[in-house]
Order: sequence, then C-alpha cells, then structure tokens
Amino acid sequence: MSETQERVALVTGGSRGIGRAVAELLAVRGHHVAVNYVSNQDAAEEVVAAIEGVGGIATAVQADVGDEAAVAGLVENVESTLGPVAVLINNAGITRDDLILRMKPDAWDQVIATNLRSVYLCSKAVMRGMLRARWGRIVSLSSVAGVYGNAGQANYSAAKAGIIGLTKALSKEVGSRGITVNAVAPGFIATDMTAALGEAAADAVVDKITLGRLGSPQEVAAAVGYLASDDASYITGQTIVVDGGLTL
Amino acid sequence: MDRSEIEAKLVDLLVDELGLERDDITMEAKFEEDLDVDSLGVVELLMALEDNFDVKIPDEEAEKITTVGEAAELVSQKLNG
Ligand SMILES: NC(=O)c1ccc[n+]([C@@H]2O[C@H](COP(=O)([O-])OP(=O)(O)OC[C@H]3O[C@@H](n4cnc5c(N)ncnc54)[C@H](OP(=O)(O)O)[C@@H]3O)[C@@H](O)[C@H]2O)c1
Repeated sequence: MSETQERVALVTGGSRGIGRAVAELLAVRGHHVAVNYVSNQDAAEEVVAAIEGVGGIATAVQADVGDEAAVAGLVENVESTLGPVAVLINNAGITRDDLILRMKPDAWDQVIATNLRSVYLCSKAVMRGMLRARWGRIVSLSSVAGVYGNAGQANYSAAKAGIIGLTKALSKEVGSRGITVNAVAPGFIATDMTAALGEAAADAVVDKITLGRLGSPQEVAAAVGYLASDDASYITGQTIVVDGGLTL
Repeated sequence: MDRSEIEAKLVDLLVDELGLERDDITMEAKFEEDLDVDSLGVVELLMALEDNFDVKIPDEEAEKITTVGEAAELVSQKLNG
C-alpha cells in the first residue's frame, strides 16, 4: 500500500467524525477526495484545507444524500471536476432516537432517507463509472444497531440493517465486474453523534466494551480504508464489526 | 448513418465490449437466451451504445430490448428520428 493511487473517492458526510477520518486517510493514499456535507460548509472546508495542507487533493461538495436530484447533481459535479468515482464511501448518517410509541413518521422517514435511501441513490449514481472502469469499491457505514438492534433506535436500526442487506444484494449484482461492496458496523465511536448522548450514557456503554474505551474515528476509518483498497480484492458482501468487543 | 452501418458497428461493439463470438451474432439473436449475456451485460451494452453512437437511451426504452435487431432499431430511431 506504499504506492499512491490517483483514484477518485467520494465520501458522503465527510465533513465531520468518521467521514472526515476516512477522507483524510484516502487522501494520504493519493486519492482525490470529494468531501460531501449537507449544512456544515465550514467543517467541510476545514477538512479540504487539512488534506491540502499535507499535499493531498480534495474538494467540498454540498448535497443532501437522501434527495434524488441532489445526489445526481453531486455525482455529476464530482465526475466533471475530479473524474469518475472509483471509491464510494456511504458514510452520511443521522439519528432521531425515540421509543416507537412516540416516534413521529417524520423521524422514521428522515432517518431512513439519510441513512439508507442515500446508499441506494449514491451507489446507483456512481455505478456506470465503475462498470466502465470494471473496478470499484463501495463501503457503507452500518452500525452494531443494525446487527443487534438498539432500543429507542427502531428507525436507525432498520436503516443500518437495511444497509447490510443492500450490501449483500448489490455485491452479487456487480461482483463479476471487479466491483466489491462491503459495510463496516462501528460500535460506540467518539464523534459528535455520540457526544450528543451525554457522558453518563457513554460511561454506561464503556463498561460493556471489551477494550474498555470508546473507539476513535481513525480506528473505524482503518477498516473502511482497507475494504476500499486493492488489498481487499477478495472480500465482498461482508459487514466488518469494529466495536472494541462491545457485542461479544 | 444507415441501418447497415449501425448494424455493423453494433456487432463490433458486441465483440469488443461483451466478448461475444462474431459468428453467433444475428439480428434475431436474443441477448440473454441465445448469446448468454446477463442482464448487467445488457445494461453495459446500452452504455456502450450511448457512448459510441452519442445517443441517450432512457431506462424505460432500454428495458424493452431483448434482441440484437431491437438494439439496432432503437439506435436507428434515436439517430434518424
Ligand atoms: N459515532 C458512532 O458511534 C457510530 C456508530 C455506528 C455507526 N455510525 C455511523 O457512521 C457514520 C458517521 O457517523 P459520525 O458519528 O461520524 O457522524 P457525525 O459526526 O454526526 O457526522 C455526520 C456526517 O454526516 C453528514 N450528513 C448528515 N446528514 C446528511 C445528509 N442528509 N446529506 C449529506 N451529509 C449528511 C454531516 O454533514 P454536516 O457536517 O454538513 O452536518 C456529517 O459530515 C454514520 O452513518 C453513523 O450512523 C456511527
């Protein structure tokens, strides 16, 4: 992996947290990275500046990945500025937690759109380029919530489980063309998403984590980066759990 | 471009892009049944048609194509109206 490779990578939700760590890792590898965000332009520009600061190439692109027209525009924009997408990281995600008894349809729909519909839309939009190249890597961020289910996260767990099914199905559709499709299911990672839950919640979870601490975005990015590399050429349709032993 | 030129170029594409045997290709041949092209292969063929003939083929029309002749006919319609 010492050689640098000028592939084009699109990281959805690359402005913060895990997405940012993945964008930075792929840029170091020599990829030209499109850093997608939805509202936090400053954060996205900061990621681009950090990448350029170490000699990498990146560009920030705004788009709501749950929206069909926005995704079409996003991929067109990236293809015209950087080239066809060879590596797609479906990372953008949100939570709108509630007990199902209190969950509004809006909270259900938004979480499904941003976490799951987005994976369908983005994978579809980059597929022609990958088929032409007869090479491609798609890695999507699932969650242990999608594997085991979390109380209070029926919407999020459904979306993240959906990603695992989509990953398996799509891997079979395009496997014969040199395209692999995989997922990574993180446990409890220190980002804005989990900071929102508060310290008490984090402490309670840490007790259950075999390694005794939260994970870092970089530790998730390492698994994502591996699946997105040439080294992972014989792995497809899989979901790698990166949770420090939380779900053992 | 007349029909025979379109057909000749289409056959070249089938040989070059999908790796088919030139001798197997007739206008009546069905992609999936006779030529062993899977459904993704048909999608790839349509992409190749769009790139090489500089036409746009909407998904609804692409879905109806089952034979080589139908593909030639569609391209001919797109090029010559
Ligand atoms: N943190 C964890 O413990 C954990 C555990 C399991 C799975 N995951 C999954 O890992 C992924 C990243 O999580 P994270 O903790 O890094 O999240 P985060 O810190 O909250 O960052 C979320 C990112 O997604 C972007 N985003 C949100 N909605 C979007 C939309 N509609 N369109 C485009 N981008 C959108 C945000 O952009 P803006 O900056 O513009 O808002 C931001 O870049 C998510 O899919 C999450 O579900 C996280």
